[in-house]
Amino acid sequence: MMPEISLNVLDVAQNSVRARASLISISVRADTGQDTLTIVIEDNGCGMSEEQAARVVDPFFTTRTTRKVGLGVPFFKLAAESTGGRFSIRSTPGAGTVVTAVFILSHIDRMPLGDMVSTIHTLITMNTGIDFLYTFCLDERQFVLDTREFREVLGDIPFDAPEISSYIKEYLTENEREVLQGTIL
Amino acid sequence: MKTLEELRAIREKMQGRVGMRAEDANQTRVVVGMATCGIASGARPVLNTLSEAVQTRKLEHVVVTQTGCIGLCQYEPIVEVIEPGKEKVTYVKMNPEKALEVVDQHLIRGHVISEYTINSVASDK
Repeated sequence: MMPEISLNVLDVAQNSVRARASLISISVRADTGQDTLTIVIEDNGCGMSEEQAARVVDPFFTTRTTRKVGLGVPFFKLAAESTGGRFSIRSTPGAGTVVTAVFILSHIDRMPLGDMVSTIHTLITMNTGIDFLYTFCLDERQFVLDTREFREVLGDIPFDAPEISSYIKEYLTENEREVLQGTIL
Repeated sequence: MKTLEELRAIREKMQGRVGMRAEDANQTRVVVGMATCGIASGARPVLNTLSEAVQTRKLEHVVVTQTGCIGLCQYEPIVEVIEPGKEKVTYVKMNPEKALEVVDQHLIRGHVISEYTINSVASDK
């Protein structure tokens, strides 16, 4: 298992990268009224057949050839379901995949959300050709990061240029702090 | 809140100074395994430490990238250093502190830290 939910997000989003997505949307929504923490990872990559999507939650199924197990999705599913939450994958070949994990916020077995700033920063700066839409929300407060807006401003300056990479990290850190206002998820 | 205005100001300052870094034959590639096995064993801080150190030390001939699982999950986090004309060096069981040593000793001074390599760790068993 992963020690924090943000690592599951990084891991499962790598599947979207490998599915050759051009846009990956990640949303993290904590709702204290409903007592849920909902993570949605959506991409416009190559998608999976119904059969593949059904088998991807099986730890002994993988399409890779370097090893015989595929633990990323099963880890994420188990982490959500062990809090009494739920997990689903919807996929359409040629259109993309949506992974949804709902955690029960107050459940004792819920792992901490962890360092989402590092996860999103790593995804953006390591995959500069892909656009990311990130939404982070706690009850009525939220912020959005859309790399398509950044790209419009920056033109051909890459996201991994040192100044831009630092800006993205600060953008994530400051906005997350304003949304959380001291709450630890 | 950080705004796009600040990004515009950064862009103005950078104008004409930065182009896309082209892949070139003299580049050293530092590759971090970022599959489930790598991430679960702590590859994210290793990758971030390497990227930051390469930027702050202005090692323009070095590019830090990620890869999937190379099938040696028990040795993760794994960092490979691929220098042109040299044999690939595979560092295993890395952490941010060891990664910084690799930057300072290997990438800057050219000394391979053999005690962190797979050959050394595997032969200890």
